[in-house]
Amino acid sequence: MTSARNRELAGLVPVALLLTAGFTAVFAQEEARLDDLSLIYGAYFLAVCVATHVYLRLRLPDADPYLFPLVALLTAFGLVMIYRIDADLARDQANWFVVGLVLFALTIHFLRDYDVLERYRYTIAATGLLLLLAPRVPGIGEQVNGAYLGVNLGPLSFQPAEFSKICIVVFLASYLRENREVLIVGARRILGVTLPPLKHLGPLLVVWGAAMFMLVFIRDLGSSLMFFAAFLALLYVATGRFSFVAIGMAMFLAGAWFFASTVPHVNDRIEIWLDPYSDPAVSGYQVLQSIFAQADGGLFGKGFGQSLITIPGTDNALLPAAQTDTIYALIVNEVGLFGACGVVLTYLLVTARGLKIALLADDGFSKLLATGLTAVFAIQAFVIIGGVTRVIPLTGVTLPFISYGGSSIVANFVLLALLLLISDRARRQARGAASGWEAT
Amino acid sequence: MNRQIVKLFGLLVVLFAVLVGFTSYWSVFEAEALKEKNANKRPLLEQQRIERGRILADDGTVVARSVAKGKGDDLRYVRRYPDGPLYGHPIGYSFVREGDSQFEQFHNDELIGEESELGSLIDELRGHEQRGNDVVTNLHPEAQRVALSALESAGFGAVVGIEPASGRVRVMASNPPYDPNLVPTRYSQLATDEFATPLLNRATQGRWPPGSTFKVVTAAAGLDSGTISAGSTIDAPATIDVQGLPLANSDGQGYGAIGLETALTGSVNTWFAQLGEQVGSETMFDYMADFGFGSTPAIDLPDDQVERSGVFEENELLGRGDPVDVARIAIGQERLLVTPLQMAMVAAAVANRGSLMKPQIWSRVVDPDGRVTRRLDPSQYSRPMDEETAEALATEMEGVVDFGTGTNAAIPGVRVAGKTGTAETPFNRSCGGGDLNQAWFIGFAPADDPEIAIAATVECTSSFGGELAAPIFREVAEAILSGG
Repeated sequence: MTSARNRELAGLVPVALLLTAGFTAVFAQEEARLDDLSLIYGAYFLAVCVATHVYLRLRLPDADPYLFPLVALLTAFGLVMIYRIDADLARDQANWFVVGLVLFALTIHFLRDYDVLERYRYTIAATGLLLLLAPRVPGIGEQVNGAYLGVNLGPLSFQPAEFSKICIVVFLASYLRENREVLIVGARRILGVTLPPLKHLGPLLVVWGAAMFMLVFIRDLGSSLMFFAAFLALLYVATGRFSFVAIGMAMFLAGAWFFASTVPHVNDRIEIWLDPYSDPAVSGYQVLQSIFAQADGGLFGKGFGQSLITIPGTDNALLPAAQTDTIYALIVNEVGLFGACGVVLTYLLVTARGLKIALLADDGFSKLLATGLTAVFAIQAFVIIGGVTRVIPLTGVTLPFISYGGSSIVANFVLLALLLLISDRARRQARGAASGWEAT
Repeated sequence: MNRQIVKLFGLLVVLFAVLVGFTSYWSVFEAEALKEKNANKRPLLEQQRIERGRILADDGTVVARSVAKGKGDDLRYVRRYPDGPLYGHPIGYSFVREGDSQFEQFHNDELIGEESELGSLIDELRGHEQRGNDVVTNLHPEAQRVALSALESAGFGAVVGIEPASGRVRVMASNPPYDPNLVPTRYSQLATDEFATPLLNRATQGRWPPGSTFKVVTAAAGLDSGTISAGSTIDAPATIDVQGLPLANSDGQGYGAIGLETALTGSVNTWFAQLGEQVGSETMFDYMADFGFGSTPAIDLPDDQVERSGVFEENELLGRGDPVDVARIAIGQERLLVTPLQMAMVAAAVANRGSLMKPQIWSRVVDPDGRVTRRLDPSQYSRPMDEETAEALATEMEGVVDFGTGTNAAIPGVRVAGKTGTAETPFNRSCGGGDLNQAWFIGFAPADDPEIAIAATVECTSSFGGELAAPIFREVAEAILSGG
C-alpha cells in the first residue's frame, strides 16, 4: 500500500524540477535575468502536489500511483507555456489548478462509493444534456468564434461541454452495463450486417441525435466528435461488436456531411481543413499559422519563451488562440518535435494507466466507467492535436490539463478523481484476492 | 470486455502515432517548404528579431546597421543606412516586407549569424541567442563619394573600381542612386520608375555597347595568340569594306601601315577590324571567355542581379561557331553588350600582368565578440594573356592617356594607362531619341604598379568617352591614390 504512494511521491519530483526549469527558462528569456520567483513558483506547485499526495495517501491508498504525477506533469507544462504567453493568465490558471484540486478532493470524499452514480443515471444524463443546451439560452449563452460553447453567469463563465462529457460517460457506462447482454444476445444479422435489437436501438439513437444536435445548435464539431467517439468506444467495449461501431460511424459521418452542408459554421471549418490556402489571411489563418509555427520549431524547437505569438510592434496575433486551441503548435515551436512527442507520450501513458484500471476493475460499471472516462480524455487530446496538425478539422476543444481554461482543468480533475476512485477499489480487491484475503 | 479494452488501447496508440506522424511531417519533413510559403511571414518576422550585423567600409565607416525598436516580445530590428544613397549600390537593402537585395542578400547568412547548420544547432542546444556578424567590405568611402557625385553631374551611368592584384572592389557606383532608408516607404515608386530605374545597379546590371574600349580585348587576343607582334603593322585606310558594308575611322582619316601604338592611341577602327578578322571569331570568343565574357562574373552579389556580357542575339548569348561579324566585334560594335563590371575586369587583367582576379566586395567577417572568423583569400579567375602581352598592352595604353584620345584621364606625377570608348546607341530607348552616345573609359593607375583599375561609363550623352568618362576615371583614381 505504501509502495504505490511512495512511487507517486517519487513521480512528483521530476514534475517540480521541470516546472522550475521551465519557469526559469521563460524568466531568463523575458527578463534577461534570473529571478528566484521561478523557484517560488516551483516550490508552491510542489507543495500543492504534495498536499494532494498526502490526501490520496489517506483516502485512496491503493489508487494508481502514476496517474497523478502524469497529470501534474501536464499541468506543470501547461502552466509554463501559459506563463510564457501571459503571466496574468498563468496566475489565473494556477488558481484554477487549486480549485480543480479542491473539487478533486471533494469528489473523492463524497463519491467514495461511486456506485450511487448508477442510481441517478437519468438525472445525470439530463444534467449533461442541459449543460450542453445552456450556451443557447438567451442571456447566459456565449458565442465563441461562431460556436456556442460558453455560459456566462455574472462573474463566472464556463464551458459546460467540459462537465457534460463526464455526465454523459457516467450515463453511458451505467446504461451499457445494464443492457450490454441484451444488445449482444438480441442482435441479429440482416443482409450480413449485425444490427442491435430494435427495442434497444432507441437510446442509442438518442446519443446519435445528441451528437447531431450539438452540431446544429451548438455548432461545435469538436465536442460532437469527441462525445460520439467516446460513445462508440464504450459501445464496442461493452458489446464486442465492431459492426455497431461501423454503423455508428457511418451514421455520424452521414449526419455530419448533411449538416455540414446546411450549418455554415461547420461547413467553413471543413473547407478550411481541406484547403487552408484558399483564404490564408482570414479563415485559413489559424490553422496555417499553427502549421507554420510547427515548421519553425523543427526537431528541438526554439526554446522556452522564444516563440513569436504576436506580430512584433502590433497586437495582432501571429498564432491565434495560442493559450487554448493552438497551444500544441506553440509547444512544437518552442520545444520541437521531441518535446511534442513527450507531450503525446504523456497523454498515451495516462490513457494506458486509465485502461489498466478498466482491465483490473471487477464489475461492469467500473470497467465501462474507467474505459469511458479514459476514452473521452484521450479522444479530446486527439481531436485538438489532430486539429492543430490538420489530421482533422480544427475545432475549439481544449488540450486537457495544458490549455488555459478553468472549466477544462476543473472538469478534468473531477474525471481524474473518478478514475482514481475506481482504481483504488480495483487494486485493493486485486491485492486482497492475491493474498487470499477477503475483499472489503 | 478485457479483450475489447486492449483493442481499444491499440486503436488509441495508432491514433496518437498518427499525431506524431503529422507533427513530424510539418515540423521536420515539410518544414523547409512551409518556410518558403508566401503566407508564412514567421521566418521574416523572426529574422528581424536577430540583430543583423553591420556592414562596414574598408576604413570602418558604418554602411549599414540595425537599430532596436520595442521591447520584449515587441523587440525587432530595423535596418539603417547612415550615408543614405551613397552605398545603395552595391549594398542594397534588407527589410521585412520588401526583402533583401544585392550585398545584403548575398551575405545574409553571415549577417544574421547563420553560418553553418552544425554551428547553429550547437548554439541552439547551448541556448545561445543568434547574433549577426559584421561584414567588412573593400569599399573606399571617399572614392565612392567622388564616383557618385561625378556621375551625378555627368549623367546616368556607373563606375566600378577594382584593385587589380587582389580583385577587391574599391568603388561601385550607379547613377541614379536611391536611398535604401526610403525603401520601406517608397518601394512601389522606386520599383516602378521605368525611366530612372533607381533600384537597378548599372555597374552590374546595365549593359551597353563597349565601343572602342573593347579594342583592349582585341589587342590582347592579337598579341597573345601570336597573330601580331609588338612590331607588326597593318595598313589602315580611312574606310574598308566589311561584309559588304563600309567601315570607317571616326576621324575619317587614312593612316597607312601603322603599329599597335598608333592604332590604339588614335583608336583606328579599320586597323582593329582587320586585326579581328585575322584573329578569327573562334579565337576571339576564346579570349573573351578568358576575360569573363559569357559568364556571370564571380562577384559576391546575387546571380540574378549580375548580368553577363557578350554578343547577344535577342536575349541569347552567341558564342564560338555562331555567325558573327568579327571585324565589328573587334571595334566594340556588332551586337556586343557589356557591363561596367566586365570592362573593369578587362582593365584589371591587363594591370595585373595578365592575371584576372575574382572581383569581391567583402573583405572579412567579424563575429559579435570582435574575432575575424573569415577573411577574403584573393583567387585568380583566369589568365587571359601572358605577362609580356599584358606589359606591352599596358605600355600602349599609357600612350592613349599621354598623347592619344584619353588625355583627360592624366594625373600629374602618376603614370596612367587607359582606353576611351564612344559607342553610338541609336537603339537605347532610355535615351528617348535624344543624345545617343555611350561614353566609356577604362584604365588603371599607376601604370607601373597598379593600385586601381576602373571602368566608367555614362549613357545617353552627346559627349565622347575622352571628354566625359576620362575625367570621372581621373577623379576616382586620384581619390584612391591620395587615400593610400
